[in-house]
Amino acid sequence: MENFNYHRPSKVADAVKLMKKAKDGKYLAGGHTLVPTMKQGLATPTDIIDLSGLKNAGVKVGAKSVVIQAGTTHAAVAADKGVRKAIPGLAALAGGIGDPHVRHKGTIGGSLANNDPAADYPAACLALGATIHTNARKIPADKYFTGLFSTALKDDEIITAVEFPIPKKSGYAKFPNPASLYAMVGVYVVQDGKGAARVAVTGAGPGVFRQADMEVALSKSFKADALAGIAVKPRGLNSDIHGSAAYRAHLISVMARRALAAAK
Amino acid sequence: MTGTGVGASVKRKEDQRFITGKGQYTDDINLKDQTYAYFVRSPHAHATIKSINTKKAAAMPGVLGVFTGEHVKEDKIGGLICGWAITSKDGSGMKAGPHPILADGKVRYVGDHVAVVVAETKEQAKAAAALVDVKYAPLAHNVDAAKAMSTKAQVHDVAADNRVYNWSIGDEGNTAAAFKNAAHVTKLDIVNNRLIPNAMEPRAAIGSYDTGMEAYTLYTTSQNPHVARLVISAFHGLCPEHKLRVIAPDVGGGFGSKIFIYAEEVVCVWVSKRVGGRPVKWTAERTESFLADAHGRDHVTKAELATDSSGRITGLRVHTTASMGAYLSTFSSCVPTYLYATLLSGQYNIPNIYAEVDAVYTNTAPVDAYRGAGRPEATYVVERLVETAARELKMDPAEFRRKNFVTQFPHQTPVIMCYDAGDYDASLVKAQEMADVKGFAARKAASAKNGKLRGLGYSAYIEACGIAPSAAIGSLGAGVGLWESAEVRVNPVGSVEILTGSHSHGQGHETTFAQLVSDRLGVDFNNVSVVHGDTDKVQFGMGTYGSRSGAVGMHAISKALDKIEAKAKKVAAAVMEASTDDVEFKNGTFTVKGTDKKMAFGEVALAAYVAHKFNSAEIEPGLKESAFHDPANFVFPAGVHICEVEIDPDTGVTEIANYTCVDDFGNLINPMIVEGQVQGGIVQGIGQALAEGCVYDESSGQLLTGSYMDYRMPRAADVPSFNLGFTCTPCPTNPMGMKGCGEAGAIGSPPAVINAVTDALGIREIAMPATPQVVWNAVQGLKKAAE
Ligand SMILES: Cc1cc2nc3c(=O)[nH]c(=O)nc-3n(C[C@H](O)[C@H](O)[C@H](O)COP(=O)(O)OP(=O)(O)OC[C@H]3O[C@@H](n4cnc5c(N)ncnc54)[C@H](O)[C@@H]3O)c2cc1C
Repeated sequence: MENFNYHRPSKVADAVKLMKKAKDGKYLAGGHTLVPTMKQGLATPTDIIDLSGLKNAGVKVGAKSVVIQAGTTHAAVAADKGVRKAIPGLAALAGGIGDPHVRHKGTIGGSLANNDPAADYPAACLALGATIHTNARKIPADKYFTGLFSTALKDDEIITAVEFPIPKKSGYAKFPNPASLYAMVGVYVVQDGKGAARVAVTGAGPGVFRQADMEVALSKSFKADALAGIAVKPRGLNSDIHGSAAYRAHLISVMARRALAAAK
Repeated sequence: MTGTGVGASVKRKEDQRFITGKGQYTDDINLKDQTYAYFVRSPHAHATIKSINTKKAAAMPGVLGVFTGEHVKEDKIGGLICGWAITSKDGSGMKAGPHPILADGKVRYVGDHVAVVVAETKEQAKAAAALVDVKYAPLAHNVDAAKAMSTKAQVHDVAADNRVYNWSIGDEGNTAAAFKNAAHVTKLDIVNNRLIPNAMEPRAAIGSYDTGMEAYTLYTTSQNPHVARLVISAFHGLCPEHKLRVIAPDVGGGFGSKIFIYAEEVVCVWVSKRVGGRPVKWTAERTESFLADAHGRDHVTKAELATDSSGRITGLRVHTTASMGAYLSTFSSCVPTYLYATLLSGQYNIPNIYAEVDAVYTNTAPVDAYRGAGRPEATYVVERLVETAARELKMDPAEFRRKNFVTQFPHQTPVIMCYDAGDYDASLVKAQEMADVKGFAARKAASAKNGKLRGLGYSAYIEACGIAPSAAIGSLGAGVGLWESAEVRVNPVGSVEILTGSHSHGQGHETTFAQLVSDRLGVDFNNVSVVHGDTDKVQFGMGTYGSRSGAVGMHAISKALDKIEAKAKKVAAAVMEASTDDVEFKNGTFTVKGTDKKMAFGEVALAAYVAHKFNSAEIEPGLKESAFHDPANFVFPAGVHICEVEIDPDTGVTEIANYTCVDDFGNLINPMIVEGQVQGGIVQGIGQALAEGCVYDESSGQLLTGSYMDYRMPRAADVPSFNLGFTCTPCPTNPMGMKGCGEAGAIGSPPAVINAVTDALGIREIAMPATPQVVWNAVQGLKKAAE
């Protein structure tokens, strides 16, 4: 790892200022993505701006939505009574990220800023129609995820919170990559108050995406049977030593059915 | 059996130290004025080195030196050696290509050691290493053992067809006749997947040169420090043996990968002199462990089994292509030959066996012994064949095995080994009961109701360990003898130090060796300490691998204890004014027959050192004895594994539903430690069968599984609670009657798992690792076939 300047501001505005001043700055949250990439020499920032001084961890459950501060760890979301009651699928998703070490350090803000194509949270955000709050604006999930490791965030923009509308029902099922435990295929299904369904898939493609044919079918009937005739096509899906595109396509159907079975 | 004696499940002495972070591993040691080494490694699978420019790197802050193959030649430092000469079928010697400690004009695998930077700090060394400018001209490469003999990529000049040797064992003609006359022949194509060892502690070394004493010291992560000293002085030509001290302190796992002498440790001790005698430390980063530790397995095999009309095995024929990687590692050559093909008789009476092995170079990391070394590969061949033959013959797989078991001992196989003792049926019977094989059909039906596929697989393994009789292995090409040494030092107060040439890298020797001594001398278990891993303290030793520290290492201790007892009796006799013949020793007390005279062991020890009460012309003062022990035979642990799996056909995920293992290790010194060894071994075997696989990219030659993000290790959650049981036929060639238990779990388990998976799916073959993708593919194949 290369040397860098370390900063720990206590205000969002100061963090942004530091970032603007830095030659090649990086925000640091849980460090569970950033630090390994620095160790491998894949990232060599001149300045690390540690966001832990912002003390922005915590969850607020309202009547219509759940707001999770960006610095909240996966373990805290998984254990939060309010989240477990309001959006049980989201709590379950957080509880299935990586391993205990990862869950106690990794944060929702870091995960969403990074937008790993195999990360879990993007599926929940996209399916639930979350809104990403930053220091500058509010970005709807449909506009936020822009591809492989890329997002609508500007270079110095900081995620401050994520707001999830409370659905009628939702559920998540994940097939973990056998080695890394990231999602090889993760499917989040949502039925909103009006009965409309949204389905988001992570891990299978170059970035999180919605599965339109399943959404149409599930909007008619939010049950696994409704998916019977839908065969997911492998085209455009990832293929690597752990799983071919055909296998991933098949797993999307299986995980969608399991997500529906788990939906609460 | 006392509370801490032989046979007691005593908690491990060393664990308090290890689990509280007080272990002293090589990387924990920091010497005065220490410097740090960082290696420049090849990014190419195969390339000519056009030039190396070290100017920029040498000018970096803190850099003390940048060294390349040119410096190695200047100092006439010899290359790494392979210590077992294998002779080909046609009588020619094996084709060992040069293996310089820093590349000489060519690199042959991704990770090959090209140059080294020594600097004041690790960071400085690493930063400078990035500036060493190496110009490569890439050459054609090959990473696939199966293609090695037909590829254009020639790895070494000495081996035109990349073939290191073409070796055979057994009678080709008789075996061919057995196949000709067979009622049934079962054929399988088998790949034994390549594995990366993944010891918890990465390799590390500190080399230092004492300019005053003109002597070297090497701290290293070694399973056999004396062998390291021998090789570094004799072959690398650094200095005579008495000028090199090798210390292997606590070693955090090895699985074989720390037997070998590696370039990095030789470089550290060599360049220390080049930087004015300052100690040079290197600790592998995890990525380097993946790239440059010797890997395991990597066999491609065609195997056939001949049976007669009554279901008796009449012949076995095997052809194996074994990858050696890009260079011959220290013991690589003996693994797919004498450690492999000599076990192809399994637990069975097989009158005719013929095996031929082509060892080949590929542009991959060197391949050498890894837990089980050759014996897992042999067991996999035999047990996959036997299971498949039984299914083809519509015989119960257990009955088919039973029918062919060796039942008379000693049993001479057609492939060198002479099995000394065993009762294979006893283990099979016990395992079947423990696994509730009778209830399997009902469990399978219950699984089917849930849409799951359940299968059951056997593996009846035998292995030869406790390597090995020196004369025997010498006649087969080994460059060393494989005896072991021990010294027992009794202190005047009666406490005992055991100096042993064995070296624990997780086996718990500090505990088990103390149990033996406590039992034999009646000394409190806590008053026995074990000294190992330092060539200045222990006279010599051959180290720990091949499950030899019990059967060979403890046998040497036992011999030294015999001498201690004999000497102590003389001292006791003199003090108690009796004849030595009348002195008896039991439970730590010396008594004189027919009298009430007695002395405790501690009193005798003190008397031996005080030396007032005997004539020193007749009895030497002191109580210290040593022994070298050369075993009379290998030892032959054997047992039965029964694995039950449940497969989810929707995802291809295989769950180990039940796992039973019954082993015959002879007498057990510490059943708890034995169970730990078995459990760890089984988990490794399950890892090989279902998860672990080292993958090199064919087109680029890069290691695709270069980190835990892609290399899938087994985890605690993957395995059930094991059903472990034991049977016992004491080993006749050592006084403890013990066999070896360190590798058995990894040897026996892969075929049991794969036999269960193929049973569940109703198919003949499936590749290891049977990952969810692989199993799912098989399920799709079944669906297609059904359509
Ligand atoms: C072994 C392992 C297994 C894992 N398994 C999974 C898994 O199964 N599923 C999964 O989803 N993830 C997994 N992860 C990733 C984990 O959840 C990470 O913690 C997460 O992706 C990043 O969060 P972090 O808080 O650690 O962010 P960091 O690593 O600190 O930062 C990541 C990136 O986000 C930026 N960033 C951080 N916070 C903010 C912010 N508030 N505003 C703007 N930018 C910000 C940083 O600058 C950096 O570029 C795994 C990680 C590891 C190491």
